[in-house]
Amino acid sequence: MAGIQSYDIKKTLKNNTMIIALGVLMIMFQILIVATGNGSLFAPSNITNIINQNAYVVILATGMLLCILTGGNIDLSVGSIVALVGAIAGTLIVNLHWNIYLSIILCLVVGILIGAWHGLWIAYIHIPPFIVTLAGMLLWRGVALIVLNGLTISPMPDNYLKLFSSYLPSLSQAIQDNDPERAMALTFSVTMIIAAVCCIVLWIIEFVQRGSKRRKGYDVQPFGLFIAKLVLFTVLIMVVAALLGKDKGLPVILIIVAVIVAAYAYYTQNTVPGRYLYALGGNAKAAQLSGVNTDHVMFFAYTNMGFLSAVAALVCVARFNSAAPTAGTNYEMDAIGSCFIGGASAYGGTGTVSGAVVGAIFMGVLNNGMSILGIDSNWQKAVKGFVLLLAVLFDVVSKKRKSSK
Amino acid sequence: MAKTLLEMKHITKTFPGVKALDDVNLTVQEGEIHALVGENGAGKSTLMNILSGIYPYGSYSGDIVYDGNVCKFLNIKDSEKKGIVIIHQELALVPLLTIGENMFLGNERGSSAKINWAETFGKADELLKMVGLSESSHTLIKDIGVGKQQLVEIAKALGKNVRLLILDEPTASLNDTEAKHLLDLLLEFKKKGMTSILISHKLNEVSYVADTITVIRDGSVIQSLDKKKDTFTEDTIISAMVGRSLTDRFPKRVPHIGEVCFEVKDWCVDHPVFEGIKVCDHVNFNVHKGEVVGISGLMGAGRTELAMSIFGHSYGSNISGHIYLNGKEVHFPTVKSAIEHKLAYVTEDRKGNGLILSESICRNTTSARPSKISNHNIINFDKERQVSKEMVQEMHTKCSSIDENVVQLSGGNMQKVLLGKWLFAEPDILILDEPTRGIDVGAKYEIYCIINKMVEQGKSVIFISSEMPEILGMSDRIYIMNAGRIIGEMKGKDATQENIMSCIINSDKGIKG
Repeated sequence: MAGIQSYDIKKTLKNNTMIIALGVLMIMFQILIVATGNGSLFAPSNITNIINQNAYVVILATGMLLCILTGGNIDLSVGSIVALVGAIAGTLIVNLHWNIYLSIILCLVVGILIGAWHGLWIAYIHIPPFIVTLAGMLLWRGVALIVLNGLTISPMPDNYLKLFSSYLPSLSQAIQDNDPERAMALTFSVTMIIAAVCCIVLWIIEFVQRGSKRRKGYDVQPFGLFIAKLVLFTVLIMVVAALLGKDKGLPVILIIVAVIVAAYAYYTQNTVPGRYLYALGGNAKAAQLSGVNTDHVMFFAYTNMGFLSAVAALVCVARFNSAAPTAGTNYEMDAIGSCFIGGASAYGGTGTVSGAVVGAIFMGVLNNGMSILGIDSNWQKAVKGFVLLLAVLFDVVSKKRKSSK
Repeated sequence: MAKTLLEMKHITKTFPGVKALDDVNLTVQEGEIHALVGENGAGKSTLMNILSGIYPYGSYSGDIVYDGNVCKFLNIKDSEKKGIVIIHQELALVPLLTIGENMFLGNERGSSAKINWAETFGKADELLKMVGLSESSHTLIKDIGVGKQQLVEIAKALGKNVRLLILDEPTASLNDTEAKHLLDLLLEFKKKGMTSILISHKLNEVSYVADTITVIRDGSVIQSLDKKKDTFTEDTIISAMVGRSLTDRFPKRVPHIGEVCFEVKDWCVDHPVFEGIKVCDHVNFNVHKGEVVGISGLMGAGRTELAMSIFGHSYGSNISGHIYLNGKEVHFPTVKSAIEHKLAYVTEDRKGNGLILSESICRNTTSARPSKISNHNIINFDKERQVSKEMVQEMHTKCSSIDENVVQLSGGNMQKVLLGKWLFAEPDILILDEPTRGIDVGAKYEIYCIINKMVEQGKSVIFISSEMPEILGMSDRIYIMNAGRIIGEMKGKDATQENIMSCIINSDKGIKG
């Protein structure tokens, strides 16, 4: 077997600087939290908490990444879209007693239409995205207030909450009340089984792909590195699953987020239209002269942002069990920050969905850790701003060093 | 009579890998109009950039003696203090500011805390009168034409107490009356004792105003002609300009020329912003199977614009005309449709329009025809890597791996990646726009070989170049373009640099007359 060259390890480390930074951040918080006697960052309930708190950020960051890829363009309106779509969901489901699934579909359609509205002005009329989405930010917040008449709708019906904020396995109340020990054991084992199945599937897919690459005579990763990567992923999945299993089980929202992230990661990396996003951001003129209709690409990025904002809105309504006109305030900033922390270029053309997810988790852990430590919320904001700058600086400096070599 | 104002002695300037100027001597008398002529890339602009301090002292060897003193200019401000002002071909005016604001930009009247607007506009109006402009200095730059903008630049120079005015191709974008006015203005200033250096391609203009003509070729001064002693005939100037012998720099090929496969008729294109200005004017040309068709002409003749407007309407507005592919009329409203009809356009600006610099060689190679490495839009990475590797080998691109980002490659290797990208698209008709610009001789030769290989496979190449030797060395047939029109057509073996040049010059006269 080919040995692992130190060059390969260095390259792998260099390409994953933000993941390493995230690890360092987690360890740092863990030490501080344990030292101050505030429990543990890795307490099962806290892991569940981090996932629930940050699901919407990951969804929005995924969409925002697509916009940023097109040339550092951002969408300022996502927070307001979250409020408006949430308002529509609350009105339809609670006030008008519509069918839940029909309401969800309508909400997603509204999100797509709002996104298309932005995309129309940005892509075909060539109004700068900053201006169009700034207008959208004001406009949709206003419409949300009009729809809700300034009031908050609450609570949402149980069968709606179940879709977004329940846990697998969903044990009946009877078991949980009569035999709590058995319920816990059952939750743990089912969660572990699901995770194990995921890992086995991952191993099979990776080995089959590697085998077919070797047969066709293509380059493959060094075997040691390949196995190391798989083992690392497996351990990570199993540890998280064990922690979740000890709490309430596998959150449904985690599955939703995972599906979205996987789909968009695939779209951006493995498909031709996904590649056009990078081409547009990397060199718009070259993309045009290569036959890419850059206007369509731009239109898609913003329409998609509207769609994912609507998804995030449905998630948020379930999480807060209410539809409020002030919902989603500053969500756009969380999403933009996640992308940049995750290594997206402010000029477009570089960045990955997985990077944006890491960025979102980074911000989430930062929030969560500081809250556990009991740091004043005013200070938390200041620290977050500083960390954002630091993270991007770190990225810029490490890239500079990479290119000068 | 006159004393020597400027002497540039033994100026040598090298760029990485290229000697742009080689021991150049230039003497300019006070009160004369001194013309610098030479082909594109001969080194005229480099010499003037040294004089004006854009290339600072220390980046070249040799001395500048100005007004009796050796000068060491470190930047433009230094040379401007001495009264040397350069006006570049690309005008440096801010379109959304007024004439007056532009004229004193960086040189504002009043104090830095408070601009004296009355003095600004008052002085500006005075200077405008001197150059014969009746516009108010409150007019925005964008509202006046290019010709008048050129005059504003001159007025701006006058505002800096200019003693030596350098004009780089001032009439390139002007019409004839505007050009005549500008040249007369120079003669008028000469009477008042101002010295000018004029860089120009247009020999009729040069012989109209110049007292001395210096011909530069390949970074060396070839000849200096004095109006009083020598006679200025265009023939003497042309032969001095192009007098290089054609050596064996071009790989041989046996032409196998077939039927006409591509034909453009009555092609008209307007400028994309200024509608009504014709950039291509009823252009007709055709290309045979297996033929290399050269399009020769000076910079700004409309060659790139012609090619890009054909290639999916990527340039211009009000495009009209007909394109026939193998006898059938086709339309290319989008780049995609042009690529689908097996047309390819390799841009002259590989960094700006050709490649995505932040991406790998691999991803650039497949970017024009992703359908070849994907199935239902899903990319097959293994296939992509393999075809990229093959292309890198075929083109002899020097790189550490196909994952290397294009930005790290040298110009010649970048050009090979760009060419490879379009060969991957499998065109039948390949338009090459200045494919050898800024690359070394070895890489040029390899690119010529690739062209030969293309036509041997029965494909056709349209070859646009400003370097006449390579047009002559490579083309089976040559079209000559000037001011948006095709003004001549020659067989490759009949063409010489002299008759192409005189063709261009005669057509300039035709417009004038």
